[in-house]
Amino acid sequence: MNLIEQLKEDVRFEESLKSCMNCGMCTAVCPAAEFYDYDPRRICDLVQRGDDEELEQLMRSDTIWYCGQCMSCKTRCPRGNVPGELISVLRKVSQETGLFRHSEKGVQQQQLMGTLQKNILEIGYCVYPDRVDPDYHPEQGPVWEWYHEHIADVAPKLGANYHGKGPGALRDIPQEDLDEVRRIFEVTGGMELRDNVIND
Amino acid sequence: MKRFWNGYQKDIADDHYFYERSCIRQTFFPGSEAAFLKILREELGKDICDNPHQHTCTGIGYHSDVVPFETTMTVVARLFSLMKECGYKNYVPSCVTSFGVFTEMINKWEENPELKEKARQYLWDACKREFEVPDNIAHPSDIIFKFRFDLKPHMKFQLVNRFTGRPLKVVEHIGCHYAKIFANSGIGNAEFPYVLAGMIEAWGGEVVDYPERRHCCGFGFRQYLVQENRGYSIANTQKKFESMESYEPDFILTNCPGCSMFLDKWQYTIAEMENKTYDKEGYGIPVLTYEELTGLLLGYDPWTLGLQMHQVQCERLMDKIGIPYRPSDKYRGHNGRLLPSPEKPVNLKV
Repeated sequence: MNLIEQLKEDVRFEESLKSCMNCGMCTAVCPAAEFYDYDPRRICDLVQRGDDEELEQLMRSDTIWYCGQCMSCKTRCPRGNVPGELISVLRKVSQETGLFRHSEKGVQQQQLMGTLQKNILEIGYCVYPDRVDPDYHPEQGPVWEWYHEHIADVAPKLGANYHGKGPGALRDIPQEDLDEVRRIFEVTGGMELRDNVIND
Repeated sequence: MKRFWNGYQKDIADDHYFYERSCIRQTFFPGSEAAFLKILREELGKDICDNPHQHTCTGIGYHSDVVPFETTMTVVARLFSLMKECGYKNYVPSCVTSFGVFTEMINKWEENPELKEKARQYLWDACKREFEVPDNIAHPSDIIFKFRFDLKPHMKFQLVNRFTGRPLKVVEHIGCHYAKIFANSGIGNAEFPYVLAGMIEAWGGEVVDYPERRHCCGFGFRQYLVQENRGYSIANTQKKFESMESYEPDFILTNCPGCSMFLDKWQYTIAEMENKTYDKEGYGIPVLTYEELTGLLLGYDPWTLGLQMHQVQCERLMDKIGIPYRPSDKYRGHNGRLLPSPEKPVNLKV
């Protein structure tokens, strides 16, 4: 199967790229285009051409990893395209085919996969205060460092149920619920994607 | 004309809500989640379910492309099945990205009925569960907005500078995934978002309209989560600060927990890196969640709301409004034990 066919297999492909007229509205409003050498208009144009060689070059480059998924492009596209969603489809196929390994930004998926899927499967949330280490997050500042150190004292004052049973913020999620989430990942391809990215 | 403006309205359920907690809000603003439940139950007399079996919607993983669409769709279906199990039909996700994810999945199911059947099959295979699509999905801010005039008589304070008698100037930030993905899902649509502006105006404040009002807070998912990419995040947030600076806002009001955190923490980072703050005195512009703002005006204790967790300090704002607080309680734990104070930043005044 060539790359354009693989892209089309994703239900989001058809909705994200109907017919781009290359007006550039998406690029004008894009925060990533302000920061990186990034142009969603050109990506839509390239994918619309459907040339396999060009698609492979794109999917092995840093370019597809620059989008910040704010989806401002969706609001503004006069044709109803969603370049940000198209990026997700390109990233998916790049990870499935191993092309992501050829770019510095693409390889970062291994780190993200390790952190986020681990958090979801072990604690049931993408983020949890115990795992926001101040040493790796200097931008969080001294107040976060203080909270991180004294969370057992402070969180209950804020109404949280830190590592407790029953409802509430920051509670421990029952193991049977975590087991169901894990089975969803197994049945729907979440584990397969992880293995593909981490063991590739 | 009436038909035209219908697109800018939103149906929000009156009562009986199923609450879903947010990865980021409960991590950085647990007091806000507690305040929302208290406001609904104690001020408005509403019924809201806080189910212990809930979990992430995977939204951060989905938009970082480490969780496939099918997986997120089925996790969403499991959350809906919990709602069904508890006998509720009105879903209230505490995070703007979750709100976007749920709205996206329901939209996809409406446009591709076979996908909904696929979700049913996946959920059955994985968990032996069944789900129903909610009758109504509202972000918690939608509910506060809906009842903003009902809450007003309960409020002890207004958004008025007690020294000048003038309305406070407020910058609002609704968060990209509230109405940019599906414009009709937000109050006021993507063009005239009014969810936070409506609260500000109803409670005596003045909304600041500035050029980069709708620009992203800079989160960018992988652009923040990977340390090497954080330049993207801070640069986009800085663009907003530079744009709002000349309007001298009294504070920033946020809808999304991620935006609240970034608009607060990047001010600290910019101050430490460049010795630059976006107020005149060097303290930064305070950032409040809508739950914190509502709680403060209702007279809730700021240290129970969690204002001590903000890096840009909120005391000067509370002084302007006339909200009393006990400085000696700020760094006390839940048992009253006095904890050591956080280290002071070098440049940002606290």
